[in-house]
Amino acid sequence: MNAKLILENNSEFEGASFGAELSSAGEVVFSTGMVGYPESLTDPSYVGQILIFTYPIIGNYGVPDKQFWESDKIQTSGIIVSNYIDTPSHFQSKITLSQWLKKEGIPGLEIKDTRLLTQKIREKGTMLGKIIINKDIKLYDPNLENLVAKVSTKKITKHGSGKKTVLLYDCGAKANIARSLVKRGVHVVTVPWNFDPFQSELKSAGVIVYHPKGVSVNGFDGIVIPNGPGNPKMAKETIKIIKKALKKNIPILGVCLGHQLLALAAGGDTAKLKFGHRSQNQPCIQEGTKRCYITTQNHGFHVSKIPEGFKPWFTNANDGSNEGLIHEKLPIMSVQFHPEACPGPTDMEWIFDYFLEKVK
Amino acid sequence: MNIRKVLILGSGALKIGEAGEFDYSGSQAIKALKEEGIKTVLVNPNIATIQTSKFLTDTIYFLPVTPEFVEKVIEKEKPDGALLSFGGQTALNCGLSLYKKGVFKKHNVKVLGTPVSAIELTEDRNKFASHLRNIGIPTPKSHAVTTEQQALKVAQEIGYPAMVRSGFALGGQGSGIARNKQQLQEIAKKAFAFVPQILVEQYLHHFKEVEYEVIRDKDDNCITVCNMENMDPLGIHTGESIVVAPSQTLNNFEYHFLRSKSIEIVRSLGIVGECNIQFALNPRPSVKSTNQQINKSTNLEIGNWKLEIGNSPIDYYVIEVNARLSRSSALASKATGYPLAYVAAKLALGKNLTDIKNKVTGITQSCFEPALDYIVVKIPRWDIEKFKGADEKIGTSMKSVGEVMGIGRTFEEAFQKAIRMLDLDLDGVTSDVLLSKDKTIEDLLTFPTPKRMFAIAKAFSKGVSVEKIYDLTGIDPWFLYRMQHIVHTEKRIPKNIKNLTPDLLLELKGLGFSNKQIGKKMGVKGLEIRALRKKLNISPSIFQIDTLAGEFEAKTNYLYVTYNGSHNDIKPTGKTGVIVLGSGPYRIGSSVEFDWTSVSAVLQLKKHNKKSIIINCNPETVSTDYDISDTLYFEELTFERISDIYEFEKPLGILLSVGGQTPNNRARSLHASGFHILGTHPDNIDRAEDRTKFSALLDQLHIDQPAWNKFTNLSKALKFCKEVGFPVLIRPSYVLSGTMMRICHSSQELTTLLEDITVVSSDYPVTVSKFIQDVKEIELDAVAQDGKIKALVISEHIENAGVHSGDATIVLPPQRVYKKTRQKIEEVSKKLAQTLKITGPFNIQFLADNSVSVIETNLRSSRTFPFISKVTGTDFIQLAVDALFHAINERHPGKVASTTASRISKGTDSGQARMTGSELLGTNLPFAAVKVPQFSFARLTGADPLLHVEMASTGEAACFGEDVEEAFLKGELAVGGKIPKKGIFLSLGGEKNKIEFLEPAQKLTTLHLPLFATEKTAIFLKKHGIETKHIYKIHEKKSPNVLDFFQKGIIDLAVNLLEPGAGKDDVDHYTIRRAAIDHNVPVYTNIQKAKLFINAITSKTFDDLLIKSWDEYVKN
Repeated sequence: MNAKLILENNSEFEGASFGAELSSAGEVVFSTGMVGYPESLTDPSYVGQILIFTYPIIGNYGVPDKQFWESDKIQTSGIIVSNYIDTPSHFQSKITLSQWLKKEGIPGLEIKDTRLLTQKIREKGTMLGKIIINKDIKLYDPNLENLVAKVSTKKITKHGSGKKTVLLYDCGAKANIARSLVKRGVHVVTVPWNFDPFQSELKSAGVIVYHPKGVSVNGFDGIVIPNGPGNPKMAKETIKIIKKALKKNIPILGVCLGHQLLALAAGGDTAKLKFGHRSQNQPCIQEGTKRCYITTQNHGFHVSKIPEGFKPWFTNANDGSNEGLIHEKLPIMSVQFHPEACPGPTDMEWIFDYFLEKVK
Repeated sequence: MNIRKVLILGSGALKIGEAGEFDYSGSQAIKALKEEGIKTVLVNPNIATIQTSKFLTDTIYFLPVTPEFVEKVIEKEKPDGALLSFGGQTALNCGLSLYKKGVFKKHNVKVLGTPVSAIELTEDRNKFASHLRNIGIPTPKSHAVTTEQQALKVAQEIGYPAMVRSGFALGGQGSGIARNKQQLQEIAKKAFAFVPQILVEQYLHHFKEVEYEVIRDKDDNCITVCNMENMDPLGIHTGESIVVAPSQTLNNFEYHFLRSKSIEIVRSLGIVGECNIQFALNPRPSVKSTNQQINKSTNLEIGNWKLEIGNSPIDYYVIEVNARLSRSSALASKATGYPLAYVAAKLALGKNLTDIKNKVTGITQSCFEPALDYIVVKIPRWDIEKFKGADEKIGTSMKSVGEVMGIGRTFEEAFQKAIRMLDLDLDGVTSDVLLSKDKTIEDLLTFPTPKRMFAIAKAFSKGVSVEKIYDLTGIDPWFLYRMQHIVHTEKRIPKNIKNLTPDLLLELKGLGFSNKQIGKKMGVKGLEIRALRKKLNISPSIFQIDTLAGEFEAKTNYLYVTYNGSHNDIKPTGKTGVIVLGSGPYRIGSSVEFDWTSVSAVLQLKKHNKKSIIINCNPETVSTDYDISDTLYFEELTFERISDIYEFEKPLGILLSVGGQTPNNRARSLHASGFHILGTHPDNIDRAEDRTKFSALLDQLHIDQPAWNKFTNLSKALKFCKEVGFPVLIRPSYVLSGTMMRICHSSQELTTLLEDITVVSSDYPVTVSKFIQDVKEIELDAVAQDGKIKALVISEHIENAGVHSGDATIVLPPQRVYKKTRQKIEEVSKKLAQTLKITGPFNIQFLADNSVSVIETNLRSSRTFPFISKVTGTDFIQLAVDALFHAINERHPGKVASTTASRISKGTDSGQARMTGSELLGTNLPFAAVKVPQFSFARLTGADPLLHVEMASTGEAACFGEDVEEAFLKGELAVGGKIPKKGIFLSLGGEKNKIEFLEPAQKLTTLHLPLFATEKTAIFLKKHGIETKHIYKIHEKKSPNVLDFFQKGIIDLAVNLLEPGAGKDDVDHYTIRRAAIDHNVPVYTNIQKAKLFINAITSKTFDDLLIKSWDEYVKN
């Protein structure tokens, strides 16, 4: 099979196809996590991206049931590995990675020197690229699109039960965010990216299936803006809604893209990182403490300007980039990393507890 | 914390279960302290280590790491802090004992790092299990017991098979799986001979074994640096297992679940520094499993699909926690590039993880968890066959003597590289030379031995299924599929090289096949495959280990070679580079001493403005620390890989005389391929190595040698033996550590032995030489330049010829070498150096009585180089490197040194380098130094502790004293000897031994201890006025017998002398010797050594053993 990866600078890498036999284009990024390929592949933040795994041996434990995924399908546009394993061994494995990719129509390439690819991206920054199998296609830049709108749910659904109700904006949320909240006894209402709870007409149109307790603003106690794909500035409507929520001093937790959206809504700014943070070993120092946490991350953009009224909460110990914001007075906070993990270390789960404590 | 002076405890001599890894961790800790301007005081009698070097440590005591000695060192040195966790279990046990005695408190010494209370908790299995239970972490059902009766009772409750483990023991000594009552009794008896308490626990059949290396700072920052998975299931000690890093068969949930449990445990203990946690993980947890983490499944809808919440069952147990640096942590450091011991030492000083930079990138943090973009495979190196009578099976206690680590981008590549790194002349996993015909594949699979991996490959080639092999071995199918892949790919190799496609060749190389291995299938040499590979433009890539999988650039050259790549991370060094070949895995006959010689050479190269390029594959070494050399290849020491690296680096040349025999063996092939060998010409190396050539040379030079000849058939050999007379010494060519060397006393013995040898090595003829008895053995170590000796040292063996030089007790200055003998030795050495045009280090072994004859010459540094260097205060490796660059300044005595080279030789570490032509050093020392062997017989079930021409010791210690007795006694105490306080057992075989032992026996009576003896010995001694209590030999089946007394613990010294050529009688003696070992009773089997020991214990008391540091003896 004549399969190859072509980068926007025209460099070509031949590979052996083990996924769906079709071409695919997107932004080429790498992740250095050593475990969790099913979680990564189903993370909606990867929409529009071709993902290189720097860990060279992938496929070892096959693919588990959907209940262990982060969304209902593979979200990446394609994957690149060095050594694909077609003989998985795990009690939860249902099908092989290859079978899964084929079933979902996602190409996968085995290119031996993934280290070279990684170094190129590290040096030149994230590049567009395409996997070509049989038929050539054009490059595609996912950051020019409103990917959030593309991946968001159209429905409002509710999960779990509890005294506290949280609106979860589905900007491309990983399932484990909802799971983490539900596990903590929270009533989670997942809403589309552009759902405006402050517009009465929506309410009268009967969109809200959930009825408020009466005491809290518009029937919820807090908002969680989760992760999602692409350039945060494209999700204008979500930013607008956050602005309204900020005015009402509603408790907010932003995660990843949600962190960037909160910053933008509060008057801060975001910028693209050279090649992003996609790994499970990013050290983040909690401001004002001697604590440094190992976090799991997946982002290409970052908060480049801290909005007024907020102070940095976490800072990346490696490159000094901002990893979290916290309002000086109000229960409004956000983190660039993933407290819900999946994949990656679970050390930051306490962020949910911390937030929920503030949600009255 | 105001800490200015810190005491560090080393691990002493290398032994099974505690080897070179602690030189690495100790050296790193010392480096970390030095950077902070803290003075270091080290107690470690292992003279061959790098940590006992002046460039690292301020004050060094070559003394036993025991509470009695260390307390005196503390009194004298008055340190403010102590590090207990960098010298293995030896240091930890010693530290715990000092702590309990209140020594640290009394002398205001702060134990740095993990609090002692936490260490105590982890060391007491019962208390620890209950601690874990309190924080909700499961341990296997188990009970600590102190008697055999209790053990049986507990096993009854838990059910068979039951696992027996012993607390407070290195490498799981005295552990095992008992399938029934009888087996339990046996294991328990043995264990109780060593430890007061054992654990009887639930046996977790075919569970996975997974380890995490965790570090935590005082501010509660806690990370896991590395996780590792044992390929072998639970039941095989992690030191005996093939281990991969990172884990391969754990999914995200399992990996991070166990990771977070590791962190919980470490936090609960309050560790500050390093901790190793070992888990058992059920590969097929069922919902019914007793210990599970199941959350109620909740169905939710998110988007357009159902959200279900965590339903991952996990069934796991914590099986071990080591609150100290360990073998695994050394492996993890090398596997990840994260210097665990260095960081742990900084944390012990109170630093925060974020205060420490990641030295590999130079810009990122030490507070992170390395991401690997490669896999490492560790394989232990065993030498079980070197021990007569030892059981080959591996299990819950350690038997391996070393290890290697293969790095690759596929499991197959890393695995096959590691197999070659073992240096057993195995090409890969498909090598079947080790598989004996008399065992079925099924047996080889069922009972784990060092050969099992090869049996798996064999089984696959015979079409056995993965399922079947899994059932028999418990090795996760993931690994089995990979091995099957190797076997199947090998089968695709065509018969004719013409039909080998470039694609297949590349595929094979990517799976770690060597040229030789590929060539064999087609009946061609490896060199032909090499030529083909080059013609086809297939070349390996040089990759860096950068700790962050390419996310950040690495500043260090920690490298490996892979065929799963298409670029090189680095640029060649070029002509300023010198390749230094390291020693490979530690094994009987080659261990930390050759790491010291390698590292010393590297350091000296710097002084000659050369860039050092180390090649070595042993994760327990300091030479494989990436900041020792300019460039480190963690690679095979095979011809193929050295060539690959040479061709890439295009260096000035290769230095192969500082890594022991393995590098030396490569001289011929590397030279033949046109690579430049530094130092003595390879043709001359061959003249010394090849016995025929060497013998002819000796004759030509009129140098005496024992009569010998080479034989390929038995009848000629027998004829020769009749001419020269028995006993004779039998050995194959290219001897390392006396492999298969034996003394034969009769034709019958010779016949049996030769049959054995031909099986082992059919390529080489067998050498038979006259064995001269009752003569002294003398060693010469020297450095020459262009055939002229620059410096030499003559040292003396305590034991007469017949004990391998590696097992011998060696004394400096020589005590009983006549001036005439010395002169003769010097003369012979000069002749040899001149004729062989030696440039660099060399060693000659002599037999001396009235005349002097040569038994062996090695044109490389020998095992004794660290000893002689540290005792004389002259670093012979520095001299050797200087000689290579023709830099030793030949000048008149008294003249001021003018060249760089002479200044170099006067460097702080080299001491006196007043080399005026050939200088004999070490003869007029105002003290004595004795190097004693460390044996690990207790680990090797059934092994006979009798010393013979085959080397059996696993390590060595050396101590100093005012006289030989003092130095020797310290040395013996350093390797597990004891001054007897209870009773002494004598069994003197043969008339000669009895008479010779009369005087020592008389001396023993002055100790006023009960003496016990076997019948004939008792009668003989009584006749000479020495009263002993007669006890029966074991086979006499009468009571009281020796065993009873050993078991009762009323004997703490045994002397068992065997009559040479005793034959059948030896079986009886063997039982006694073995029983002594099994009951931890020091046993002396060599008469010269026994006499010296008795002289020492009857002339010295413990208080006569002076506490003096190295520089109080040797002024540098």
